[in-house]
Amino acid sequence: MNIEGKKIIWKEYQKEIAEDDYFYVRSCVRQSFFPGSETTFLRILRETLGKNITEHPFHTTCTGIGYHSDIVPYETTMTVIARQFALMTESGYHNYVPSCITSFGMYLEVLETWHHFPEVEKKVRELLKKATGKEFEKPDNLVHASDIIYKFRKEIAEKSKFRLINRFTGEPLRIVEHIGCHYAKMFPSKGIGGAEYPHVLVGLIEEWGGEVIDYPERRHCCGFGFRQYIVKANRGYSIACSQKKFESMKPYRPEAILTNCPGCPFFFDRWQYAISEMENVTYGEDGQGIPVLTYEELAGMVLGNDPWDLGLQTHQVPVEPLLDKIGIPYDPEKKYLGKNGEYIGKPAIAANLKFCH
Amino acid sequence: MMEKKVAIIGGGVAGLEAASSLAAFGIEVTLIEKEDQLGGHVGQWDRLFPSRRPAKEITGYLTEKLSEKVSILTSTEVKKIERSGNAWNILLNNSRIIVADALLLATGFDLFEARKKEEYGYGIYDNVITSADLEKKFALEGKIRNAQGKVPERVGFVHCVGSRDEKVGNLYCSRVCCVTAVKQAVEVSEMITGCEVFCFYMDLRMFGLDFEALYKEAQEKWGVHFIRGRLSEAFENQDGSVLVKVEDTLAGRPLKMKVDLLVLMSGMVISSGTKELVDLLGLETDENRFLQPADRQLKANETGIPGLFLAGTCTSPKSIDETIADARAACIRIMAYLNQSAVSSQ
Amino acid sequence: MTHFGYTISSDRQIDYDSNDRRIARYLAEYEPSFMVCFACGTCTATCSAGLFTTFSLRELIGNIKRGEVRNLKDEAEKCMLCGKCQLACPRGVNTRNIILSIQRAIESLEI
Repeated sequence: MNIEGKKIIWKEYQKEIAEDDYFYVRSCVRQSFFPGSETTFLRILRETLGKNITEHPFHTTCTGIGYHSDIVPYETTMTVIARQFALMTESGYHNYVPSCITSFGMYLEVLETWHHFPEVEKKVRELLKKATGKEFEKPDNLVHASDIIYKFRKEIAEKSKFRLINRFTGEPLRIVEHIGCHYAKMFPSKGIGGAEYPHVLVGLIEEWGGEVIDYPERRHCCGFGFRQYIVKANRGYSIACSQKKFESMKPYRPEAILTNCPGCPFFFDRWQYAISEMENVTYGEDGQGIPVLTYEELAGMVLGNDPWDLGLQTHQVPVEPLLDKIGIPYDPEKKYLGKNGEYIGKPAIAANLKFCH
Repeated sequence: MMEKKVAIIGGGVAGLEAASSLAAFGIEVTLIEKEDQLGGHVGQWDRLFPSRRPAKEITGYLTEKLSEKVSILTSTEVKKIERSGNAWNILLNNSRIIVADALLLATGFDLFEARKKEEYGYGIYDNVITSADLEKKFALEGKIRNAQGKVPERVGFVHCVGSRDEKVGNLYCSRVCCVTAVKQAVEVSEMITGCEVFCFYMDLRMFGLDFEALYKEAQEKWGVHFIRGRLSEAFENQDGSVLVKVEDTLAGRPLKMKVDLLVLMSGMVISSGTKELVDLLGLETDENRFLQPADRQLKANETGIPGLFLAGTCTSPKSIDETIADARAACIRIMAYLNQSAVSSQ
Repeated sequence: MTHFGYTISSDRQIDYDSNDRRIARYLAEYEPSFMVCFACGTCTATCSAGLFTTFSLRELIGNIKRGEVRNLKDEAEKCMLCGKCQLACPRGVNTRNIILSIQRAIESLEI
């Protein structure tokens, strides 16, 4: 493989990312799957990088999940998004940062619609005014939260306490990166590196010392299409997509999977357990599965945050073997104690997937 | 026709044919070519469809015909072109000025830059090459090895790379790639006994008289497999082989297979030399960005500008026999113009 | 084992490398005109059996070439050997011999 060919493409697909003063909007479901991620993002931006980032207590879901399930009509979604922008404008901010990839895709889609059909934008402004009395400005800069971590990856590397290196062998960790579909597949020019060879996560892994693994089904969707996943009868199709990816990456022996979407890490983390139950097949070394991380968790790890503050105890595939490889210290006793020190409960033991208790 | 002068920009098949045809009528011709060799793309080719005759037969014939009346300027570029009265003043990069009564543009095509089809991995995956790369292997090496130095057991050909593709802005068909793919498929089968060859196509454009026979020979004699389905993405496996994903449209199911070498049939696009002349002369191009003649059927070699003529692939993709015929047709129009006879369209 | 209420969907992609193409090779050897079929579908269009069954010679030949031979015996048995396809084929494929050869191939290769 000739990496120079990829570098040319990475250079062609760059985009402007604002320096500071961000308006952050959270994901509707992400905090249930990975409770530490968004808190970690805010902590890194405020404390490690000294940036100004705010969020509004009245912001809602972008309704992308409903739109993609054919439940919420496009007009409603556009009006809700207009309200989100109004909250940003009222707070005096111009740089919009969504936490979720589906949201990011939704915002781009809506802005693109308004760009090509100004009469629709006018109508949405009227609808918003009628419903809430609010007015909005379109953001000057709209990027995904992972783009910001990408932009400051060198600064994070400088402040990091750990590198993505296996301390027993001295080798860089082999990490598979997976980009959420809505990051670049719809609007390739709005993704760093474009749609075919996205660079936003590759850049993080390489800057922090790891080795990126490319494999045949890298571009394949993980299967988290709301229309499929939400209905139990269709879930076989969803899990088959993730399984295809696991089977494809297996020969490359990845040591971790890095993602930037809410649904993808959820799938990769939980489906390994489901596949192990259904088919007696586990991935990763020694039946322990391949640990799955979000970009905030990885950033928090290299910066030396406590793994339990990052929410790693909620992962179904154990992250402890990876922490041991890097040398990140953790207190197993505190794993199932909440922030207030009280016991939060332990999961049951899986039949095939080896889980650390 | 004594003492009339014609300047031809472009020393490929069209320029060479026009030069010798005009010179045969006593016209003084200056042939300007920016590369250090004449012959254009055909000069880089090994064998030509459909008969698989050596390309040197064509370029040899065309260059030998050039008489002393043709003044050949290779490694020469055009910097500026100006009109003074009925004459063309052409300033070259060596500061020489050529004065001509008529100017013929035969600046040809460039091959589509295959790396623009990012998902095919040209320039990234070692075993993805273009048809031109393969032809060079035939011409210069006389053998085919993949990037790992092994003899390929399976070779795939991808039709329509950079053609009929809205994503790269080329809606047109490049005409000659289908028959070239079949020709190269036969050549690979001939060179490597037991090699399995696959052509991944959308349509098979076997428009020339002997092209269908070549297609049948490819299937019957050489066992070339034709799969109707366009390549969606390629990937490099750990052993360097290329994973191909197409739909077998006739079976109605997606198909994956691995090949040791993947050949992309790059189409034709307007050449960089032609683009420069568009700027210098204010020429019209059509929506495919090729030069637009005054009338594609009736005045295919003329522009709206008196004394300026077009020949060859700078106006549209053409095969060699079509290019030669087109160059000869341009000569008739040029001579009519120089003669200012009733035949002249100006 | 935990029951999840769904099973993992299976892959419908033709995995060319893993498929069994012995019948294709047999036919290419014993009925060489098998190789010049260019899937125009004239045979299937005129076929008597195709009007009332799922039989399609164009599809069958395509599947054999790809190594998709699961229901081959049952499908091939639907042909009545009427010969309309042979009259119609523009490539001169010996269609009746292909049908007969399929049976022979299955027996001799013990598939």
